[in-house]
Amino acid sequence: MPSRPALMSTEVALSRLTLHALQVRHVGPVDLDIAPGECVCLSGASGAGKSLLLRAVADLEPHAGGAELDGERCADMRPSTWRQRVGLLPAESAWWCERVGAHFDHPRPEWFEALGFEPAVGDWEIARLSTGERQRLALLRLLCNGPRALLLDEPTASLDPAAVGRVEALLDEYRRERDCPILWVTHDPAQTERVADRRMQIHEGRVREA
Amino acid sequence: MRIQQLSTLDLSIAALLVIALAVLSLVLRLGIERRLLLAAARTAIQLTLIGLVLKALFAHVALVWVALMAFVMLAAAGREATARQRLRFAGAWGYGLGTLSMFISSFSVTVFALIAIIAHHPWYEPQYAIPLLGMMLGNTMNGVALGLDRLTLSAREQRTAIEARLMLGHEARIAVRGFSREAMRVGLVPIMNAMAAAGLISLPGMMTGQILAGAAPVEAVKYQILIMFMIAAGTGFATLAAVSLGSRRLFDDRQRLRLDRLKDTG
Repeated sequence: MPSRPALMSTEVALSRLTLHALQVRHVGPVDLDIAPGECVCLSGASGAGKSLLLRAVADLEPHAGGAELDGERCADMRPSTWRQRVGLLPAESAWWCERVGAHFDHPRPEWFEALGFEPAVGDWEIARLSTGERQRLALLRLLCNGPRALLLDEPTASLDPAAVGRVEALLDEYRRERDCPILWVTHDPAQTERVADRRMQIHEGRVREA
Repeated sequence: MRIQQLSTLDLSIAALLVIALAVLSLVLRLGIERRLLLAAARTAIQLTLIGLVLKALFAHVALVWVALMAFVMLAAAGREATARQRLRFAGAWGYGLGTLSMFISSFSVTVFALIAIIAHHPWYEPQYAIPLLGMMLGNTMNGVALGLDRLTLSAREQRTAIEARLMLGHEARIAVRGFSREAMRVGLVPIMNAMAAAGLISLPGMMTGQILAGAAPVEAVKYQILIMFMIAAGTGFATLAAVSLGSRRLFDDRQRLRLDRLKDTG
């Protein structure tokens, strides 16, 4: 049977997120390979550079080294395309319109429901949302944008246990459905236990297996 | 009609009014008497010097001298526009951005008015060129400083909102568009207000000067209308140019918001 190297390599590289000697300020160089559908949890002390590393992967910070998705280099792509594909959820969400709905191009009602929102949430004013509501809506905003890889910066930090469960379930569904690699920053060892395929730790600028 | 000559004594009497204000500031402990007197002294000295320069310039009409004078004025306006921004672009950009925009806009509008509208021979006659350019730069500087100030301050204040859009794959120019537009509007407000109030609430300085100097009011009014339109166009174009250049400079070639390119001057 003739071999099909081109197709094979595409299949192997599908939605694989790779960091090559990525270095940003005091963090790195970081080499990391996240397989399709793999969830890597990253922990470390405050100020260790977890958020900074995620920002560099999303190409929001000037950095040395590089990142690849599906074998395509970040540096070869339009920055907007890269950021749409490698979606970063920052620890604190920010909004630019008055109402929730204006931030969504293609809302998915079933996901809103999964996180406990009624359909009328689109008319809600951003200013009147609680911190937890904002955090959940920011995650929905990101997922509705269809990223192929996820960078999550403490996505459940201000949620009650029931909401944490819903968010974890939705993220798990998204990951399985799309074979989406996830780099997940969390402080919570129990959460790491629940969601991680692999655990990494950041210490003195180095990222190691924990 | 002949202009009433002012003597040194006349000016000294006017100066007494400023000194009276300084004394009042001392009594009320406002603490501004030093600055007030210094500013008044600067007015007297700078205007006397410019009077002498203009006298020499009017006596020897040559394009090179007019151009030299114009560039000195531009340099001063650029410095002033930069100094008025609390949060400005660091390095050469801070000065270059506003100055370049003013140069493009003020110079082209002034030259256009001199050639196409006033049509005096030669077109660079300093009696027309220098006062026109001066009024252009004075107002343009205002619009540019206001516009850039608003742009940089809102970029810093709204950093997370701008970056949130970048994170979703929005282009940098889209992410900053609302703030650029607002900054452009802010830069244009003073001249729009001035045009709306002209004649009703305020008698513009140039017209007042011409009338004091004995010109027929209707002629003075025509010149004032010309000036107002030139200033509106000049300020508008310069502000739009400065804010859109500034909006680009806020981001690097990878469309990252680079607030480290701004310098806070308190």
